Order: sequence, then C-alpha cells, then structure tokens
Amino acid sequence: MSVAASVRPKALTSWELWGRLMVVPYLVIFVVFVVYPVVYGLWLARDPQNYVKLAEDPVFFRTAINTFVFLVVGVNIKLAVALGLAGFFVTSRWWIKVLSLLFILPWAVPSIPTILSVRFMLNPEWGVINTTIFKLTGLDGPNWLNDPTLALTLSILMHIWKSLPFWTLILIAGRLSIPTEQYEAASVDGATSWQKFRFITWPSMKGLYFTSLLLSMIFTLGDFNSVYLLTGGSPADLTHVLATLGIRYLRLDQIELAMASIVVALPFVLPLVYVMMKRLSK
Amino acid sequence: MKWKAIATETKLLLVGIPVFLWTMIPIYHLFLFAISERDSATSGRLWPKNPTLQNFETVFGQKHFYLTHFWQQLGNSLLIAVAVGALTLFVATCAAFAISRLKVRGGRTVMNLALFTYFIPAAFLAVPMYKTMSNYGLLNNRWSLILAMVTIAAPYCIWVLKQASDKLPWELDEAARMDGATALQLFRLVYLPLMVPSLVAVGTYSLLLAWNEYLYGFLLLSKETDLTLAVALGNFLSADDSPWELLMATGFIYALPPAAIYYAFKRYMVSGLTAGAVKS
Repeated sequence: MSVAASVRPKALTSWELWGRLMVVPYLVIFVVFVVYPVVYGLWLARDPQNYVKLAEDPVFFRTAINTFVFLVVGVNIKLAVALGLAGFFVTSRWWIKVLSLLFILPWAVPSIPTILSVRFMLNPEWGVINTTIFKLTGLDGPNWLNDPTLALTLSILMHIWKSLPFWTLILIAGRLSIPTEQYEAASVDGATSWQKFRFITWPSMKGLYFTSLLLSMIFTLGDFNSVYLLTGGSPADLTHVLATLGIRYLRLDQIELAMASIVVALPFVLPLVYVMMKRLSK
Repeated sequence: MKWKAIATETKLLLVGIPVFLWTMIPIYHLFLFAISERDSATSGRLWPKNPTLQNFETVFGQKHFYLTHFWQQLGNSLLIAVAVGALTLFVATCAAFAISRLKVRGGRTVMNLALFTYFIPAAFLAVPMYKTMSNYGLLNNRWSLILAMVTIAAPYCIWVLKQASDKLPWELDEAARMDGATALQLFRLVYLPLMVPSLVAVGTYSLLLAWNEYLYGFLLLSKETDLTLAVALGNFLSADDSPWELLMATGFIYALPPAAIYYAFKRYMVSGLTAGAVKS
C-alpha cells in the first residue's frame, strides 16, 4: 500500500513532465510565429493617423464594399450550391461516382495554374471565350477583366470554383450521416423531394450548414489568390479585397497602412472567430 | 412508371452535365494549352491540329529565359513541402498526444490557442509575418517559408488529431500504465500505430498546403534559385510577352503531383479531414 502510494505520485509527475515536454514544440512555434507577429503588427498600427489616412484612401472604401460582397454574396451562393450538390452526389449512379472523382480536382490542384488558365480564357483579344463569341456572332466579346463589376464577379466565381468541392465534401459527409430509413419511410408515405429536404435533410444539417457558412466566411477573407491572380486588383485598384489590399500596401512599403487595414477588419472577424471556437472546441 | 424513371435520369443529367463542364473547362484549357504549338493554342479548337510535347521538352530542358532554374525550383517546392509535412506531423502529433492522452495541465488552453490561430485568415497574418521574418533575419531564406507554413498548417492538424485520438479507448492507456510503461512507450507502441490513418491525412494535408502555397512564397523568397515553382509561375505574369504555352506546360507539371497524391490518399484525406467538421 505504502509502496503504491509512493510510486504513484512519482509516475504521475513523469507523465505530466512528458506532457509538458510534448506541447513545447507547438508553443514555441506559436509564440515565435503567431504571438510576436500579431503583437508587433498591432504595435505598428498604433498611430491613429494611419486610420485617418486609410479612411481618406478611396481604394480602401471600395475594398471594404468588395470584401462585403465577396463574403455575403459569394459565400452564401457557394454554400447553397454545395448543399444542393451534396444531395446530387449521394444519388447512386455509376456516372455520378465518376463525376465525384473529377469534381474534386479544382480543390486538389494548386490555384496558380488553374486561375491563370481562366485568366487566359478571358483575354479579350485571343482568349478562347471571346474567340468563340466572335466565331458565333461576329461581334467582339466584352473586355472581361477591364470592367470592375465583371472582374469582381469573375473573381467570386473563381473563388467558388476553387473551394466548392471542399464544402460539398463536408456537406456530403453530413448528408450521409442521416439514416436512409428516414428517406425510405418518407417515400412510402408519398413525400415529394422538397418535403424530404424540408423535413429530413434540412433539420439535421442546419447546424453543420451554419458552421460551414461561418468557417467559409473566415477563410474567404483570407483568399488572396482568386483576386490577385485573376485581376491583380485592377482595373484602377477597383477590385481589391482586404486580403489583397494589405499586400498592396505592404508592397508599396506602407506597412502601417497594411496593418491598419487588417485591424479595421477585426471587429467583424473576432465575433465570427469567437462563435466558431465555441462551436468547435466543445 | 417508365416515364418517371426517364424524368429522374434527365433531371440528374441536367445537374451532372453543367457540373462536369464547370469543373473541367479550366483544367482542360490548361492541358490544351500545354500540348499546343504557340500560335495554335488560342484558335478555340477542342483538340489541337498538331498536338505536341515540344513545350514539355522546352521546360525540362530549361530552354527559356523564364525556365532557367526549373529543376532547382521544382526541387525547392519538393524540399519545402516535405519539410513542412514532416515538421508539422512531429509538432502536431506530440501536441495532440499530450493534450488528448496525457491530459497535460493547460492542454485545453493550448488547443484553444491553436484553434484561434487556425481562424486567422492566412493573408492577414502574412503582413506581420513578412515583417517578423525580416526582423529574425530569415527573409530570402527557404526556412522562413517552411516555418511560416508549419505555423499555418499545425493548428488544424492538432485539432484533427485531437478529435481522432479522443476516440481511442482509455483502457489502452490504463493497461499501459499498469504494465509500467513510460509515456514515451505508450506514444510509440500504442498511440502511433493506432493513429496511422489520421497521421496520413494530416501529413498529406500539410504537405499539399506547402506545395500549393503562393502568397507566402511570393512575400518571403526572392532569389531566383530559392523560389518555389508556384512563385516562379507567378513571375511569368510580370511581362506582357510571356510564353503562355510554356507557363501552362509548367503549371500542368506543377499540378500533377498534388492531384496524384490526393487520389492516392483519398480514403484517408476525406474521412480524416471531414470527420472533425461533421461532429458539430
């Protein structure tokens, strides 16, 4: 008894010691590459003058609107389509299985080659889209990326193209966890597909759907590639989003403004992050 | 009854065909460009008149101004991806084991800090990260990209691994403790073998994240011979007279390994990466 009692605390200590030792690598990374940059970045953005400059920059105002449209319109369309496609992809047909393998490609391959490929398709003079328009109608197609509204819309579509497969996968996983008996029973009762969606699919997928929506909004805020590689912020810096604007300021050697543009977004980002952490850390 | 079946199939096809076209057109266009001769690439034909491997030959032979360091840059991409995969795996596995199995004090806080990092948009962290790397004297050093990518990849990996390891039965740990096993023995002999599927999933995830990364590479590296292939491809954009067909051929080569790896590990990737999210 006394032996066990004397061994136990010692054993516990050694396990606790190993536990501490094993979180050290991550903590070091966290302190050196997250805490330090964040604190340093906030310190760089401390001067209120930066925010005055930011507010006076017409590019910033336009960027804020673009970012809002990107998040609210882009992400909602993406998730709604993903939800619909989740229902499509769980249908058992051999060709849908094949299609689901191909469907994942935009997400599985790197952004650079595919976004540049789309950029070439949109080239007003020799891109395949305008060449085809000319062949069919004899008219010149629009100068796609030279119109701010069109260019931003295309960036949003590019973003959807790239990340739709991932969110569809997530929602398919959620859809597959609904027991098939529920759908079978509903079919026997003569339910329409809308009723099945309304009373079976939606109630059990609501939570996952909104988690995905919030998470996707946070990630979309950090999507640099879909805008930078397609439009580069042009024409006339009218298609920037916050992700590309910060980098633009950085490249113009205005790091204080870059940080200020990020700090301004925090009141919107932090509540989202808070809700997400509550949802995921339980 | 027969008509109803036909109607159902038609409806499915009406979704399937647009989905197929939407997904494949940019990728097919990339491929088409890569196998076309310079002037015929833009003709709008569905299949080039004279398909050629000439572009790939030019790329592999580094026979163009933009491609002088092709092999070196491919090697950089590979080195950085493997280093990020290995380091992330090490850091995340240790942390997840300590938090989930050893129940280290403060483990919950560490998990929350990691989750918080996961939710910082990558492009936001990029600005102060650039400055930080410059302060550390790591700018223009491939280590800066490796460390930045480990920082970005690790939180999600820790979270996925923690979710998976919480599901392992406690009896294993108790039995190991009874037998007088040390924490390290439990880790090596019991934990790691049981976690293989999740380890494959997060290892592949971080490897691909690093291979695919553009923004951080573009900010942190600048010497031609240090660049990853992603950044080198982006540099093609800086000139108006860029050789598009070579850019697309290089891009095609660059896109192949991640696609292949994804399909090879698909089973692990999908279950490993979606498991956590579905829970909530």
